[in-house]
Amino acid sequence: MADTLKQTALHDLHVDLGAKMVPFAGYSMPVQYPMGVLKEHLHTRDAAGLFDVGHMGQVFIMADDGTFETAAKALEALVPASISDLEPGQQRYTQFTNDEGGILDDLMVSRINMPGHEHVLYLVVNAGCKDADYAHLEANMPHGVNVAVKDDTLSLVALQGPKAVEIISALNGDIAKLVFMTHGEFELQLEDGPLYAHISRSGYTGEDGVEISAKHEDMKRLVGHLLTHPDVEPIGLGARDSLRLEAGLCLYGNDIDTTTSPIEASLIWSVQKHRRTGEGYKGAARVAADIKTKTRRLVGLKPEGRAPARAHTEIQDMDGNTIGEVTSGGFGPSVGGPIAMGYVDVPNNKSGTSVQLIIRGKANPATVVKLPFVPNRYYRGES
Amino acid sequence: MGLKFSKDHEWINVEGDAATVGISDYAQKQLGDVVFVELPEVDHEVAAGDELAVVESVKAASEVYAPVSGVVTAVNDALESAPETVNASATGDGWFVKMTVSDASELDALMDEAAYKEYCEGL
Repeated sequence: MADTLKQTALHDLHVDLGAKMVPFAGYSMPVQYPMGVLKEHLHTRDAAGLFDVGHMGQVFIMADDGTFETAAKALEALVPASISDLEPGQQRYTQFTNDEGGILDDLMVSRINMPGHEHVLYLVVNAGCKDADYAHLEANMPHGVNVAVKDDTLSLVALQGPKAVEIISALNGDIAKLVFMTHGEFELQLEDGPLYAHISRSGYTGEDGVEISAKHEDMKRLVGHLLTHPDVEPIGLGARDSLRLEAGLCLYGNDIDTTTSPIEASLIWSVQKHRRTGEGYKGAARVAADIKTKTRRLVGLKPEGRAPARAHTEIQDMDGNTIGEVTSGGFGPSVGGPIAMGYVDVPNNKSGTSVQLIIRGKANPATVVKLPFVPNRYYRGES
Repeated sequence: MGLKFSKDHEWINVEGDAATVGISDYAQKQLGDVVFVELPEVDHEVAAGDELAVVESVKAASEVYAPVSGVVTAVNDALESAPETVNASATGDGWFVKMTVSDASELDALMDEAAYKEYCEGL
């Protein structure tokens, strides 16, 4: 089994760093380094953490007619977000929905900001869904709109934390000018020669930081350089999960899947107002209906004791009626206690609602809370 | 007589007809940072192999099994506020429960320190 797992371009480096490698979405990935999940998590919040996310899918979409509009309209038929109004250099979070309004995957969409390439869309999709995503795109892009998968040539890493941008900007000062959810193409000056990278100011930790896409060989050089910085530590999937949970960010397969709509998942902020009319993309009717008929919502849950409530823990109201289920849960190192997310039936989703989490047969009191658990520290420009 | 170990990575230290039970250093290393320990009630009666406690690391919950049959006489309440003690001192301050040993012959099925070390190296 193990020898059939795929490897990212940075695999040997992880092994050299002493990582514990585990199978994840068909890849052999580092779940933790010798530092351990807890310290890796805290280091990312204090300084800068480097994550290999090269298992994720990177795809370009462009139209034969060379216009942005044609490509944007084609993608808009598959996602609830507005794509046509993206400016060059802008990035947006959205989901692929199915005909029933369930979520096939969640993804980042960017409009390239480079002369001669502003008609190109760049997508980053989840590793576990990417083969299905590519088939979905191939099947649904109209004639004249092309999909180019770049997994064979491009690596992806994330550098996250309060010191991340300062560290990467030492290689090109213009990177510091990016604000949250924007991106650009940058030449990075390394001692052994320059390299080119696509860099976005975004991530999956709630911290300021960047995601960096570059060719495999260039990425090995860049990562080798970044790891020499005293404030940079490699971070595994374990801390990636606790960081994103504290930041209140959904994990595909846990918090969102083909049964949950973007509205139920409390992702209405990612559905621009003019896309809530019930038409224009797969499952649009369900999205519009779920806004009106309030069924269930994804909420934050703060257990009162110290016992973590893991995924699939039953949620009850104070009278013992089942009202939902935990979808992600564990220990939040920065919170210093257990945290969870889960779906509850409306109106139990109101912040402050007292609920019970049934852990190993025992009712543990918890409260519905606003997400995130740790304040986001995204950089939105000088105020 | 020294510590005895189970294949599930519990240790037991028997003194007379009373014993102290915890998880091995190998187990705490495998689990990673321990964030919660759920301990049984005092007077709880267990048979060898029964679930005795639950230990949760940042990543997952794992069951801890009774290495022998007996009755729980005390639990390590200090783990409630300081579960990380299990990582720092698995076979010392990080003990889980004290219990009676109702059938001393069950100890024969456990490994001594040397045999356990060899067992872990084979995993």
